[in-house]
Amino acid sequence: MLKLENVTVAASNGDGEELEILNKINLSFETGKMYAITGPNGGGKSSLAKVIMGIYQPAEGRLYLDGKDITSTSITERALMGIGYAFQNPPRFKGLKVKDLLSIAASNRDHGNIERLLRVVGLCPRDYIDREADARLSGGEFKRLEIAMLLARNPRFVIYDEPEAGVDLWTFEQLLGVIAGRHKANASSTTVVITHNERFLRAADEIVLMAEGEVKERGSADAIWPMIEDDIACRWRTTCGGELDEAECYR
Amino acid sequence: MKLSAIDNTRQSRQLNPVDEQLLETIADLHGIPQGAYNIRKNGDLLSRMSSANIEIVSKQDKPGIDVIVKPGTKNESVHIPVLVTASGLHDLVYNTFDIGEGADVLIVAGCGIHNPGASVARHDGIHEFIVRKGAHIRYVEKHYGQGEGTGDRILNPRTIITLEEGASAEVELVQIRGIDSTNRVTEARVGASGRLIISERLLTHGAQHADSLITVELAGDNASAEVLARSVAQDRSKQVFRASLVGKARSRGHVACDSIIMDSAEISSLPELHALHAEAELTHEAAIGKIAGEQLIKLMTMGLTEKEAIDTILAGFLS
Repeated sequence: MLKLENVTVAASNGDGEELEILNKINLSFETGKMYAITGPNGGGKSSLAKVIMGIYQPAEGRLYLDGKDITSTSITERALMGIGYAFQNPPRFKGLKVKDLLSIAASNRDHGNIERLLRVVGLCPRDYIDREADARLSGGEFKRLEIAMLLARNPRFVIYDEPEAGVDLWTFEQLLGVIAGRHKANASSTTVVITHNERFLRAADEIVLMAEGEVKERGSADAIWPMIEDDIACRWRTTCGGELDEAECYR
Repeated sequence: MKLSAIDNTRQSRQLNPVDEQLLETIADLHGIPQGAYNIRKNGDLLSRMSSANIEIVSKQDKPGIDVIVKPGTKNESVHIPVLVTASGLHDLVYNTFDIGEGADVLIVAGCGIHNPGASVARHDGIHEFIVRKGAHIRYVEKHYGQGEGTGDRILNPRTIITLEEGASAEVELVQIRGIDSTNRVTEARVGASGRLIISERLLTHGAQHADSLITVELAGDNASAEVLARSVAQDRSKQVFRASLVGKARSRGHVACDSIIMDSAEISSLPELHALHAEAELTHEAAIGKIAGEQLIKLMTMGLTEKEAIDTILAGFLS
């Protein structure tokens, strides 16, 4: 189980003012469950992933993995403990090839598995394994490589940050199957998907709704979905000045 | 069989472990090279072998060799590494390569300096290539310096390339590390339908200095050239890179200079385009920047330490 207790993350707004991007988060993720985190842009979803991965350090609060306090551990240490994170916008690497990145992810073992993982995410090894992982790969191709890298690491606590972003419909179906399938096949792993996609939300055991750096709601898809719809409608009205209905907004 | 065991021109000299390590670093040599070779150490010939199609002969008027590749020679290679292991030595060599029409060969050069003393150890290599009609070469030149001495390790290569009609060359120039000062000059003239790719990879560290000047003249119709330079400057080192494309005919050329700057290093990157013909299409791009934090973080999320992540990024960038 991974647990966050009163976790607050602050960031500078550029004018020397500290803003809380996560505010007193209390959450626990149970082993064997699949979670979907959703909510409006800027609500703190990716920040939550980054504080779990050790990329952000909390200003307050503690994190525990299977009861062990991991608050002050580094990114590397958390990776070696079995926490994995697929970036929303993964960086490109000039000079490093697809096979180099996958070999690093797999800790240089089992190269046959690397080719299998490329096929799993819909990238033909023959066409991709020797290609440079730089800007010549499309966003969708890189997203698939990012997920293959995470699968190569085979972490026990895995976070996918908007795996649907930038991929085509066919690839989306494949990635949904891969992520859900891997989760079902690994009873000892925990899967967290940050998503705006209903299919991922409905595939999860539990949905966490975040906004304004806080956890607003959590529960099953059936319980949370009506709240999401209400919140979307509410935001439309607010965006349009609080007086117009949805139909008027589109006019 | 050791390299030193064969020598068809003069008495063999023993390779010591330092020589072997340098040869492996600069020329990937673990044993006798396939094909023709000429190994020079501290200004003298150490070992040489010609082949049926590639003849290597000493110049009569100055230090150096002529390498003559017969027309139509295919899938052969010639290795001409240079070793400098004496402090206080200034080695100067002129090598000329005459690549016969329609030939296609690999040429591996390179210089390794091991400076054990307080005086300068220096090698100036002037390499001239005449690539005849329809011929192709791949030329790889690696430079590396080491040694416990405090004397500077200096390498000043000058490479002159002439591509005749329909000839092509892939030129890979690499400074691996350990060179205190380098002044690199590369000049090329590309004839009609000729194609040239120059790829330079350069690492400086400590208080080292590197100056590289590449000039390519696109002289014939349908000539093309690409100059792709990547460099990393660490510590207090300084680099100046100039690449100049001169379009004198209906031709295409592109320069891309990409550098990673670290610590207190300084880099100047100066691509130049000179179109002397209305149908010369010339482009350039240049970028200097730090290692992206996102790249480091990504590799650390895969279990690498920060230092391992930096080393991985730099090795990939300069590969």
